[in-house]
Amino acid sequence: MEKIVDLRIVEEPKRPIAMHPKKFGMWLFLASVAMLFMSLTSAYIVRQAEGNWVYFELPTLFYVTSVVIVVSSITLQLAFSAARKDRLAAVKPLLLVTTVLGLFFLVGQFYGWKQLVANSIYLVGNPSGSFLYVLTGLHALHVVSAVVFLLIVCLAAYRGKITSTNTAQMEMCTTYWHFLGGLWLYLFIFLLLYR
Amino acid sequence: MATIDIHPHTSVEHHDEHEHHEHHGNFWTNYIFSEDHKVIAKQFLITGMAWALIGGILSVLFRLQLGFPDANLSWLKPILGGWLTPEGKIDAEFYLALVTMHGTIMVFFVLTAGLSGTFSNFLIPLQVGARDMASGFMNMLSYWFFFLSSVIMFISLFISTGPAAGGWVIYPPLSALPQAISGSGLGMTLWLVAMALFIVSSLLGSINYITTVINMRTTGMSFTKLPLTIWAFFLTAVIGILSFPVLFAAALLLIFDRSFGTSFYLSDIYIGGEALPNQGGSPILFQHLFWFLGHPEVYIVLLPALGITSEIIATNSRKPIFGYKAMVGSMLFIAILSFVVWAHHMFVTGMNPFLGSIFTLLTLIIAVPSAVKIFNYVTTMWKGNIRFTPAMLFSIGLVSFFLTGGITGIFLGNSAIDIQLHDTYFVVAHFHIVMGSASFFGMVAGIYHWFPKMFGRMMNDKLGYLHFWVTFVGVYLVFFPMHYIGIAGFPRRYYSWTNFDTFSGFADLNHLITVAAIVTLAAQFVFLFNFIYSIFRGKLAPANPWESNTLEWTTPRVPQHGNWPGEIPTVYRWPYDYSKPGAKEDYIPQHIPFSETPESNLPSENELIKLESNNGSPIVVEDKKHH
Ligand code: HEM
Ligand SMILES: [Cu+2]
Repeated sequence: MEKIVDLRIVEEPKRPIAMHPKKFGMWLFLASVAMLFMSLTSAYIVRQAEGNWVYFELPTLFYVTSVVIVVSSITLQLAFSAARKDRLAAVKPLLLVTTVLGLFFLVGQFYGWKQLVANSIYLVGNPSGSFLYVLTGLHALHVVSAVVFLLIVCLAAYRGKITSTNTAQMEMCTTYWHFLGGLWLYLFIFLLLYR
Repeated sequence: MATIDIHPHTSVEHHDEHEHHEHHGNFWTNYIFSEDHKVIAKQFLITGMAWALIGGILSVLFRLQLGFPDANLSWLKPILGGWLTPEGKIDAEFYLALVTMHGTIMVFFVLTAGLSGTFSNFLIPLQVGARDMASGFMNMLSYWFFFLSSVIMFISLFISTGPAAGGWVIYPPLSALPQAISGSGLGMTLWLVAMALFIVSSLLGSINYITTVINMRTTGMSFTKLPLTIWAFFLTAVIGILSFPVLFAAALLLIFDRSFGTSFYLSDIYIGGEALPNQGGSPILFQHLFWFLGHPEVYIVLLPALGITSEIIATNSRKPIFGYKAMVGSMLFIAILSFVVWAHHMFVTGMNPFLGSIFTLLTLIIAVPSAVKIFNYVTTMWKGNIRFTPAMLFSIGLVSFFLTGGITGIFLGNSAIDIQLHDTYFVVAHFHIVMGSASFFGMVAGIYHWFPKMFGRMMNDKLGYLHFWVTFVGVYLVFFPMHYIGIAGFPRRYYSWTNFDTFSGFADLNHLITVAAIVTLAAQFVFLFNFIYSIFRGKLAPANPWESNTLEWTTPRVPQHGNWPGEIPTVYRWPYDYSKPGAKEDYIPQHIPFSETPESNLPSENELIKLESNNGSPIVVEDKKHH
């Protein structure tokens, strides 16, 4: 039997494109949160079309909290770009400011609810008010989770774990925060337009 | 024999980033809180099978009532206790609870968690060539949320007011008012809590599946080389992410109505002459939200089974799947359409007839991709060297059910005909054949087919055949007569018809169904025995028992954490090179390069080799042992 050394040319297949799996997972999570709110706002429209709908004024505080959440998105974005450029000294204070603004937002929403109660809009009653509380409350609950996430990132920053080469966690937090800011603006404008 | 591989080297980093290392943990981290996708898959499987058993037993209980309304069931006293009336009959409200829990368990716990949870977890990393899921931790959480949800749902079966009883669709106001039916008390609360946890579990799972399929594929595994199983699991997960949050919204508003006094779904309700304070709600709103999940959900249940079937039918027909692109395309089309047909469940809610026509049209369009799939299964088998393994038989059974049940869907999809058929046994026949039985058969087929990879042993074929024939005939005997009963006007979810003379003519048919249901359930114990016995005593499985092409069969007999002891194989071809003309054997696995099979390459594939080697990059010669 002859012994051969066969020369083969093996085709070299391509590696499939791949993203950071955790960041990608975060986007999928955001998609499901988006569906949750979209279904609730659709339900709102469907219900409103049936009549028997009590008109309400949005609390003036919601205008303030809208500005707060937009500003907090800006400070977080600044923190994130600072981290990417390794200007670590700027990261911590900016993160802290964002967290505090986030807490401000939550407090603002709570006092917004108080204004609603003062206007005799209650959770129990005509569905228009119920929807208002459920939508804003569910959003606030998500913001609470995002604030916790921010605190975790703050902790990481203070432990020196955030550097220009290690920003994945911070990037996910930033994405989530921007998403919730955008979601609030969507809800706010939605409620302004359909009430 | 020594060979020298010549790689036109472009990158060095195609070797695995993280070197494989053996994982040694203790019992708890290996079997209970494991992050290994294969262990998690088995956990889902075992839990799902336990649920299937419970769900099956519940169904036989209410079938006894329907088939033999006058029988004395007092011998069931030890199990049912207070749910039997003094005359030994099933309590009427408990009957409703049985139907409700049967539906909930089968749709969500068996055919969603048991099916996707098992096979997406088990097969995605193995078939795309990954060491594990994108996040093993999230995957573990997904199982434990499911487990917690299961425990709560299970507990609800035993509480004194009984489990939820408003139907698996939990329509308010019935489900919203404890005064309406005792099951709407604590039982309904537990149902809602369990489902909320279930949704979390399902979302965690889906996020992982999608992320893994997109980001963790091995070198060469392009989307066009993915096995159809993976396509199916992938699309299922996408549907899940988009639709389960909607069920969550529906449940959330219901929770508010039940516990906080809001009126999202309640209005103008009088109980005992007293008006409830709730005003301004709309129960139809719930139906919209529910069915916006509910219809996609039926495809969440079916698509994985279809994917499993595609794989099994191609392997056992020893033929390439007919129309791979058409299969992917039709699944994609079904997935999209599944979001725009929900109102076909609501034709009789007083919707605008024009809207009804739109939904009729959209619904009937689904028949097109469904027919494409059936056509492709049949053409794949056509003139194949079919190997009738139990898995293959169950897959063929699925195709049969998908056809039979799909046809009745076309009847129901017409809003005018549905006015007669809605909420009758015709609907029950339709969805038990097309969803229940088809998906169940897909799941069982998957178990028979991948058992060797899961447990390293073979299941017994003879018992498999027995299981198949009894179940297949049994399913038709149970559900086919229901079409006639339904056309005759029997409404579903009725405790008894003995008060109506019109319906007494169908008593024999109802006996027959009940007897067939008992026999079919009994056959599942054959399977259960086979399953458990084979785990411990089955014949040791060869590495590739079905001579299949996909990557999972390149792992050792019992793959350890990390799946491949060495490097992850590279993929060169699609998974369906069965009986390729000229080839030495009738299958060429995905990891065999075209350069090793010059005898069977198509001209275009030879072209691929040349192209790859002449792209100007330096050619590196490495010497290595033949693999
Ligand atoms: C050709 C395709 C299909 C069409 C046109 C179709 C149409 C329909 C229609 C119109 C109904 C509502 C009947 C009523 O309640 O009056 C229905 C019910 C149902 N269908 Fe289908 N269907 C099709 C395929 C499927 C598939 C593939 C599945 C599952 C995998 C499925 C699962 C169900 C379920 C679970 C129900 C009843 C839900 C309930 O009321 O409890 N259908 N179908
Ligand atoms: Cu449907």
